[in-house]
Amino acid sequence: MSITPPRPSRRAFLSGGGALIVSFASINPLVAQGTTALPGAAPLPGSLAKTSMLDSWIRIDAEGAITVFTGKAELGQGIKTALLQLAAEELVVAPKALRLVTADTALTPDEGYTAGSHSMQDSGTAIRNAAAQVRDLLIGLAAAQWQVPTAGLFVEGGAVIAADGRSISYGKLVADQNLHIQAQPQPVLVPVAKQRLIGLSLPRIDIPAKVTGGAAYVQDMRLPDMAHGRVLLPPSYGAVLRSVDISGVEHLPGLLKVVHDANYLAVIAEREYQAVTAMQALAAAAVWHENADLPEPRNLFETLAHLPGETVPVLNGSGKMPEGAQIIEAAYSRAYQMHGSIGPSCAVAQLTDGGLSVWTHTQGVFPLRAALAQLTGLPLDKVRCTHVEGSGCYGHNGADDVAADAAIMAFALPGRPVRVQWMREQEHTWEPYGSAMLTHARAALSPDHKILAWDYSVGSCTHSTRPGGAGNLVAAWLRSNPIAQPAPKPLPLPEGGGHRNAAPLYSIMDARVVYDFIPDMPLRVSAMRGLGAYMNIFSIESFMDELAHAAGADPVDFRVDHLGDIRATDVIARAAERFGWAGYFRTPGRGRGFGFARYKNLAAYLAVAVEVEVDRETGRTRLRRAVAAVDSGEVVNPDGIRNQIEGGILQSASWTLYEGVQFDRTRITSRDWSSYPIMRFSAVPDTVDVHVINRPGTPFLGTGEAAQGPTSAAIANAIFDAVGIRLRDIPLTAARVKAAIGV
Amino acid sequence: MITLTVNGTAHQLDIDPATPLLYALRGELGLNGAKFGCGLGQCGACTVVVDGEATYSCLLPVIAVQGRQVLTIEGLGGIDKPSPLQQAFIDEQAAQCGYCIAGMIMRAHALIQKTSAPTEAQIREGMEPNLCRCGTHMRIVRAIRRVTAEAREAALVSFRETRR
Amino acid sequence: MRPRRVLYLLVFLLVAAIGGFVWWSQFPLIDRIEVPDPASFERNLVDAGAKLAAIGNCRSCHTDRNGPEFAGGRAIATPYGKIYSTNISPAPGTGLGHWSEAAFARAMRQGIARNGAHLYPAFPYDHFTRLTDNDLRALYAFLMTRPPVENFVPANELPFPLNQRWGLAFWNALFLDRRPVMPDPSQSPEWNRGAYLVAGLGHCGDCHTPRNLLGAEERSRALSGGEAEGWPAPSLGPDSPAPVPWNAEHLFAYLRHGSDTEHGAPAGPMQSVTDAMSHADEVDVRAIATYVANLQPATTTNDKAPQRQATAASQSAAPGPGEELGATIVAGACAGCHAPGQPMVAPHGLNLALSSALHQSDPRDAILIVLGGLHPSAEHSGPMMPAFSGTLTDAQVAAALQYLRRHSGQGPAWADLEDRVRDVHHAMTGSGS
Repeated sequence: MSITPPRPSRRAFLSGGGALIVSFASINPLVAQGTTALPGAAPLPGSLAKTSMLDSWIRIDAEGAITVFTGKAELGQGIKTALLQLAAEELVVAPKALRLVTADTALTPDEGYTAGSHSMQDSGTAIRNAAAQVRDLLIGLAAAQWQVPTAGLFVEGGAVIAADGRSISYGKLVADQNLHIQAQPQPVLVPVAKQRLIGLSLPRIDIPAKVTGGAAYVQDMRLPDMAHGRVLLPPSYGAVLRSVDISGVEHLPGLLKVVHDANYLAVIAEREYQAVTAMQALAAAAVWHENADLPEPRNLFETLAHLPGETVPVLNGSGKMPEGAQIIEAAYSRAYQMHGSIGPSCAVAQLTDGGLSVWTHTQGVFPLRAALAQLTGLPLDKVRCTHVEGSGCYGHNGADDVAADAAIMAFALPGRPVRVQWMREQEHTWEPYGSAMLTHARAALSPDHKILAWDYSVGSCTHSTRPGGAGNLVAAWLRSNPIAQPAPKPLPLPEGGGHRNAAPLYSIMDARVVYDFIPDMPLRVSAMRGLGAYMNIFSIESFMDELAHAAGADPVDFRVDHLGDIRATDVIARAAERFGWAGYFRTPGRGRGFGFARYKNLAAYLAVAVEVEVDRETGRTRLRRAVAAVDSGEVVNPDGIRNQIEGGILQSASWTLYEGVQFDRTRITSRDWSSYPIMRFSAVPDTVDVHVINRPGTPFLGTGEAAQGPTSAAIANAIFDAVGIRLRDIPLTAARVKAAIGV
Repeated sequence: MITLTVNGTAHQLDIDPATPLLYALRGELGLNGAKFGCGLGQCGACTVVVDGEATYSCLLPVIAVQGRQVLTIEGLGGIDKPSPLQQAFIDEQAAQCGYCIAGMIMRAHALIQKTSAPTEAQIREGMEPNLCRCGTHMRIVRAIRRVTAEAREAALVSFRETRR
Repeated sequence: MRPRRVLYLLVFLLVAAIGGFVWWSQFPLIDRIEVPDPASFERNLVDAGAKLAAIGNCRSCHTDRNGPEFAGGRAIATPYGKIYSTNISPAPGTGLGHWSEAAFARAMRQGIARNGAHLYPAFPYDHFTRLTDNDLRALYAFLMTRPPVENFVPANELPFPLNQRWGLAFWNALFLDRRPVMPDPSQSPEWNRGAYLVAGLGHCGDCHTPRNLLGAEERSRALSGGEAEGWPAPSLGPDSPAPVPWNAEHLFAYLRHGSDTEHGAPAGPMQSVTDAMSHADEVDVRAIATYVANLQPATTTNDKAPQRQATAASQSAAPGPGEELGATIVAGACAGCHAPGQPMVAPHGLNLALSSALHQSDPRDAILIVLGGLHPSAEHSGPMMPAFSGTLTDAQVAAALQYLRRHSGQGPAWADLEDRVRDVHHAMTGSGS
């Protein structure tokens, strides 16, 4: 066996003293030849495929302190806790013995964006596997040290223990060694029967601080000598700053700098409120020229339908309906909707000789770093982006843009950290929305109520304008020498963007699905939780109900009749049974509805049954009861899953019943909560029950976005059940329900 | 000079008297609980309790707070010794992103001070001014119900006593 | 005869006269009908009735807070005591289920219930008396096709002798003017429609006309300002306190959409009026706007000038002696939404120089808005303002309002403002601070 001396690497340097090296070769003769995976070997699981060195994920110092690294970010979905559970499970230590470092361009693997419900599948899998390999490595080292076979050794409490009681701690084992070793595929994981932590609803590690005033968010950062900045965003897209009289602002107390570069305006002050008042004063002194460039809101969908598009095939059926079959057809639409993060986006940035440091709640620290490097002209290795939690983002919100603002202001005040907070109106009017979408469905039913043919199309603007490049940052558009926004491209299948979940999971002989991708962006758009899945599932699941109705079939039975996947039928059966679908008794004004989907046709399965109540006089619809069943594969933290699904159901109810961005020909007019109302406590359901189906030993399935689509359709289907009105245009507002019901 | 009494301690602050309480709490006193959510009195993320009333701290200038008692979440309990209300939120895991939660807890605190055994309807009505975007409402209501369960039970018992 | 006997005779004659009058003014019972089948009403008629009911705003009085629609039971506070609205849903037991159209028309025109009893003019039959037969028919069709809800409404809380319904015979004799609205040929059809709606269905005078000691509207001062539920309702005519005169276009925006760029948002009881108007026939809302706007003097100045004046006024905002507290409170509590001219950050709130409430000599509207805030109906988009009751003390509210009165309202100081705030606050919450 060989113990190689520490190899100086940038990672080792950055991680500080006590670099620790262990050669995998010492325990695994298969790897003695080299540190690369054998050709033809199975691919490394999860994010290990891209970042295959074990010490990218797990480090152990001489005192035995274990640090776990993830390229993913805590968005409030509980990922920190779940990842710690996985690592602690495989390393056989208590979770509190571990420290977790999340997304940081200087410290962690590049796992792209924390998005698309990939964290458990990618990072969780990588960390679990890396931890398992580190454990086996440590056992191997102990075996070598004691000159005994590995078979008799086990681990507990952060030490390797022999049958005769000898023990040696992890720290001592790896003293002066490092884990800079290539991961191997298919390590041995702790068997299900021996699991202590996986499957446990471990309380989230971040909640105690959040309920006791601890510093938990980027908004809470207080660096020494920190200044406060506010940007003045234009009143509308494409507005041009005609004139601004800075003189009234420069002498305001605490004012440090006014940044003015073409259409880019910002102020920096010592204290936060001073920055706010300076911003307000400057806004009053600014004269903008605006254009009436927005589409006529009353003709939005017509306008979108006539914009040039690119046709992306999704399923290559014929699109033809068989002769003589019963044909059903329907068209659906969805308004622009906003993320509406409860805490407007915030970032802190500091420019020193060493470079630019940015603390941000972006979903992608590595892509953001590239964009900021481009924006500021700094070399990539002089920009560091560290993820610090913000409020729930639900996709691409203002986080990256405010990070750019902080970077620009850091340049205006070199040496001092600058904290920039977007205002509520700025987040509401400048965040990239979830695109408006139109769908069209047509299907043929056989006499025995089977779907024979299916023809579905979805039209949408892009669902991703993430930076990427600086061209997707608002600041880059406003400054002199603006960087144009790059033309968006459709996201590739199988995950897709606007065509996510456009292909139904149901068994249909001849199914054609087409995505009409619209590159133009009359309103700023990007990724919002679920992307196209929310609307496609709304459409498909509403349409399935319309087909079931035409067939005279029970909506649940009709779905089951078209599904071969037992995991799909299991969640459907569970939700229906727990809801009391079969024995449901309809009272006046109330109705039940069902929705099902497998997110992306690849991730978690979810079925939900709901009861709504419709007030005929006002059209006001309330979600009264929801019962969901979810299959996320192997369950790490059941309560974490339940929390995400409960939240997703309520969030979807809010989107579906109330939300649509308002605008006129010139400006976005949904500027605050009064002009974009969302669900409040008075509308919250009576009960929401989530049943988690555990599949131990199976891969993790992304769950964070599984509830939104099925819930939306379940609500529309329940409205139909309650008052006989089929609504196809999201949001299903009281006014629309009322107009359909009539007087 | 503005004197603010926060969580029982008086602080002398040399700030613009028009400064909303939220900025004084966060900036001058380094308290994290009250948060900026809108600055418009619409979302409640900034909720603190002033003289027993749940208040939007984003719209309350410090000059109007002198001589009054301000209670923030830090005054209820810390991470080592959370108050029963805070503990109930932990026990129910009543948070997703958690940004709205400090404001929720303060609104709930004021509600419970006034109505020690609130019904579900009273809880929902009392919490109406506060927004949650993640959809954690069910757990928030459960947490408040949990911490007031004993009081509700006691009220029921004493009601039964009076009926005898 | 001896003087005492003369006295007895006079008293006897008086009582006889009163009794005779009361007996003579009794109305007969109208027979009950079978509860009509909702399907028997023509769809168009029901739709027309719905739109008219939106102007009449029947819902707001006849629906209890969080109660079923039209089932009554809402407490209406009058200066004489509490009156509970009746159940006008077509429920057979406690509603209008057995009422014929004739019975309904008699109630609307004469304030007499099906059983012949007098109704209190808190129900504005003194306005509805002007309705045409067609409009009454449509309203009847609308009400009789609502979901029937049985609801036992609480008894009115009126002191003796006000709780004696027959006494209303005198009131009606004195004050009930049953003459229909005659069209004015010199005015447009739109104006005339507006005149008809305002005088009748809209019952605007109910709040906007001053009342005499017996609680009847002073017809000679129609729409020159009144009060409703503790809220002063400003004059709609030449005495309107609005700093920028109303015109038909802006009044339509206000009525139809619940806010206007030059006048802000409705508050108090007016909020339910505009909520309802959003469901009325647009043509009718325009007609009302045209008629009412014409009550104001014609403006010859440029539309933009008042706005500019208003902005300029608020910029001379330096606090005078004793105003520092008020100015500071306004800066910290109000400016975030109300500071003028900010395209990005604000305005959410009206530029306060345009606020009618600050231009009224009666401070109560301003006090009520600040203490209670503005709240759109659930999940609806609409102007929103937080309540400052409990956040600011009464003294602080008074200081802020006094500052705004002078600098935005351009008016003389409100006398005893802190006491007025305390009184309003006490009435609102049952407590002051």
